[in-house]
Formats: sequence, C-alpha cells, structure tokens
Amino acid sequence: MIQVVDGCFAYPKGPQILDHVCFELGEGRIMTILGQNGIGKTTLIKCLTGIYKWTDGYTMIDGKRIHNIREISGLGYVPQAHPLSFSYTVRQIILMGRTRFVKTFSVPSAKDKEAVEQAMEETGIQDLADRCCNQLSGGQLQMALIARALVGNPKIMILDEPESHLDFKNQYLVLQMIEKLAREKQISCIINTHFPEHALMISDQTLMLGKGRYRFGDTDEIIKEENIAEFFHIKAKIVEVEEASRKHRAFVVLDTI
Amino acid sequence: MKKGVKWFLLILALLLVFFVSLFLGRYMVSPARVVQILADAIRGNLSGGIEESVVLNIRLPRLLLTLLVGAGMAASGAAFQGIFQNPLVSPDVLGVSSGAALGAVIGIMIAGTGPLAMLLSMLAGIGSVILTYAFSKVRGQSTALSLILAGMIVQALMNALVSLVKYTADPYSKLPQITYWLMGSFSSASYKDVALVALPIGGSLLVLFLLRWRMNILSLGDEEAAALGVNPGRIRVIIIAASTLISASSVMIAGIIGWVGLVIPHVVRMMFGVDHQELIPASMVSGAIYLTLIDLIARSATEAEIPIGILTAIVGAPFFAVLFKRTGGADQ
Repeated sequence: MIQVVDGCFAYPKGPQILDHVCFELGEGRIMTILGQNGIGKTTLIKCLTGIYKWTDGYTMIDGKRIHNIREISGLGYVPQAHPLSFSYTVRQIILMGRTRFVKTFSVPSAKDKEAVEQAMEETGIQDLADRCCNQLSGGQLQMALIARALVGNPKIMILDEPESHLDFKNQYLVLQMIEKLAREKQISCIINTHFPEHALMISDQTLMLGKGRYRFGDTDEIIKEENIAEFFHIKAKIVEVEEASRKHRAFVVLDTI
Repeated sequence: MKKGVKWFLLILALLLVFFVSLFLGRYMVSPARVVQILADAIRGNLSGGIEESVVLNIRLPRLLLTLLVGAGMAASGAAFQGIFQNPLVSPDVLGVSSGAALGAVIGIMIAGTGPLAMLLSMLAGIGSVILTYAFSKVRGQSTALSLILAGMIVQALMNALVSLVKYTADPYSKLPQITYWLMGSFSSASYKDVALVALPIGGSLLVLFLLRWRMNILSLGDEEAAALGVNPGRIRVIIIAASTLISASSVMIAGIIGWVGLVIPHVVRMMFGVDHQELIPASMVSGAIYLTLIDLIARSATEAEIPIGILTAIVGAPFFAVLFKRTGGADQ
C-alpha cells in the first residue's frame, strides 16, 4: 500500500505546485491522475518516484515512511515513450529494470537475465527481444518500458501518460496490460492520463488535479460532469453503452465553459 | 558473426599489432629475432646487442605506452558518450585535453616534464570539465547541445591561455619544446613514462571497466536513472574523474592526441552493439590496436617522425566523416 501524506512541491523560487496532497492506494488497485497540461501531473509522478523530493510531507509504503525512495525496491517507473540516444535492443532495455539488483561495480547475473525473459513473456513481446528500441512502434516501445518496470518485481508501478501518442488500438492494449498486472500480480498502479474515459475504463480511484487544489476518491465519484466543468472548464457528458451485458462508459466533450 | 568470433579476431589483431610494431621500423629486426629477444628477456640471458636495445629499450616501452593511451582514450570516449547521452562527445570536446594541455605547458615552463606538469595537467583537466559542466547548465538543466557549446567556450579559453603561455616562453629553449610536444608524440617514450602513467591509466581503465553496465543506466538520462535506483551524479563524477585522469596522463606523456575517443567507440558500436558491457572492453582493445598502428605509421612512414596528433586527425576526421555519411549519424 502506498500513502502520500501532505505532499507539497514547489520548484526553486516558483509557486507551490502541489499543495498538501494526500491519498492512499491499496494493493492491486489502479489510480489515475487527471488534470490540464502544466497543472503538475508529471511533477506529482516525479515526486512519487523520488526524482524530485517533496518540499514538505512524505510518502509511506506499507506503513513505513520513505526517506530516500531510490532505496525502495518495490517501485517500478514507466516514463513516456521517447527516442533513446543509443539504440539498445529490447532485451538490453528491459535488463536495465534490474538495476536495483545489480551492484554498482558489477554486471547482471544469469538470474537477472532469466527475469527479463519472464517479463517479456508476461507482456507478450518475446518476438521483439533482439529488435532495436528506436525501430519499434510507439506501442511496442511502451510495452518494452512496462516490461522494464515489471522485471524489478515491483509492488507499485508508476506510469507517466503510458497511452499518449498511441493509436486507439495500442492505447487499449496498454490499458489492458496495466489492468492485467494490477489484478493478477497485485501491483498497485498510478497512472497519469489525459483521457477521462481511460480512467473510467480501468481505474478504481482518481485524483483530479487543479491549480492549488485537488480532489481524490473513487473514480465513479470523481469523474463526473460537474467536476470536469470545475477542473477543465469543459462541458462534457458521460454516457453509458451496454454491450454483452457489460456497461462501458464514454466521455463526450460538448463545449467549453 | 558470433560475439565470441569477433572477440577472437580482435585479440588476434592485438597480438599481431604487438609483434609487428616490435620488428617494423627504420631499423628492421627480423620477426624470428624479435621472438628470440623476447624469449631471452624472459629467461634473463641478454647479450646486450643493438637489436636487443632497439626492441627492448626503444620499441617495447613505446608500444606499452601506445597500448595504454589508446585503450584509455577509446574507453573514456565511449564512457563520456554514454554518460552524456550523446554519441558525439569525447573528452576533447568537453575541454579536458585543452585544459590538461594548459596545465602541462605551465608545468613545463616551471620545471620541465615531470611530476609537477603531470599534477598541473590533471588539475587543469578536471577544472576544465567542471567549468564546462557549470557553463552548460541552463535553468538547472544541462542538455547535450549546451554541453558541447560550453565545451567549445572552455576549449577556446584554454587554447587562448596556452597561446599566452607560449608567447611568454623562451623562443630558443622552451617554445620549440612546447610546440613539438603539443603536436603529440611518443618518440621520447621510456620505461620511466610507463611507470608514471601505468597506475593512473591502468586504474582508471579498471574503474571504467567495472562501471561499464552502470553506463547503460546513465545513458537513459538522469531522471530515468534515478527512478531505476541509481544516483546518476555520483557515478558520473567517478567516470568523469577516471576519464579525466586518462586524458591528463595521456596529454602529459604524449601531448595532444585527438579523435581516438570519438572514432573508435563508433566503429566498435557497429561491430559489438551499443551495450556498454561489451562496448567498453572492446573499445579498450580496439583503441590500443588503433593508436599502436598509427604510431607505427608515424615512426616508420617517412625519414623524420610525423607527430602522432597530426596523424590521428588526418586519419580520424575523414574516416569519421565517411562513417557519419554512411550511417546517417545512427549507430546501427
């Protein structure tokens, strides 16, 4: 379980971007973070992964207060897919997810390499093992990055807009993969997203981030037309579609407010 | 081609270059005689002939130096490219060499070549990299482009200061010494030089070798490295220190020799891929082969010796241009 207590963050000499953010997420649950561009979603993710330090407040994992998140082994980070300076193969990239298990002056062991094969199997990308990362499609690269986070046996996975820049089929595949990992492997997932319908599709809880304020709760309670109006200044409608006795929700933008 | 086969060929090339550079030169010694001399040296019964002296006291220390310096330059180039996430940087680009040259030139002015010049070149080399790094920070971020621009600034500054020192140098004794030395040469190589740089270069090579896998992590960028559980700043400092030690020692012993750290890692990436676990040791061996070969040309192509720094640039720059054109700037 991950808990954030009074998380605050401001860039040096900048305004307070995150102001006393509190939330908690249980094992195997999925949480989405929604908010406008530039509101601090990525900053929040970076504070959670330890790239940035909270200026005030702290993170707790399984009830223990975290001082240096770099030392936490149970955390997997999936960045936005981006071109790399060096075109490593998929296998090499995933192996880097084992960094926490490899001593500084050492190289990965056979056990680390075995874990890579397993992670590729779980994400269904064995066929890509020897391909160069910069030759992959966006969806394939995103899957490789998820596999890289998975190979470190995380209890918590943090994903920064994993489905942006993908076509809708690949978006769906990535979301399905995240849902599978959460439900089957009991990994808690925290996802930044720009798509309310993706949040409605897979997440249990949602944190909606605005300027200096936020709202956190069950996704059904948070992603509502009135909250979208308040946080995004958008008039939207959430409609339900029933197919094969399962309810799906769609998010339709009507107008700006 | 399998990895094992590539390594076999590389080691074979190294052994070949090792022996060829012992018997080839202005004074020809037959290959059979070289083997005999080496065997005698190991057994300890030397007769003290002229051939023995050429092989053991002139060519062997020189060979050991080119192997060490070549390995060090190629490995530190590969390491710099990795940790700065830019395949086009090398220790020269960030101003280590010109800084080290300034330190060495000042050292030569004061006390001739020796420990003082070495110490000064080391400090000035490190200082230049720190300066480059500080200049490159724009809003707390140092990007690949800003690093290269900052490196140009520092290089220009250091080169100007080298010129200033040269201007004040005695034109009859110190100036020719400095000028010739700056062009780079192994012609004065001795076992004393080998002893002087064996530890700093050898130790740095070991550090780079041991950190080779961590370079992969750093090549992803600081934020991802931190999220993967690495303190990128600390490892980068160790790698920069090791590379700077190599550059500074090389400049001290042989003057300015450019291009090795840029060209060799690129060629090696084409053969062995971008993974630093392979790239670093393969760069070491390839750099050693390359610099030894170039030095062989430098001392045996013409009557007078050609300064090696001129040759590495004449060979390296066009080679790099062709490479860049053919691959479109990509490594694979």
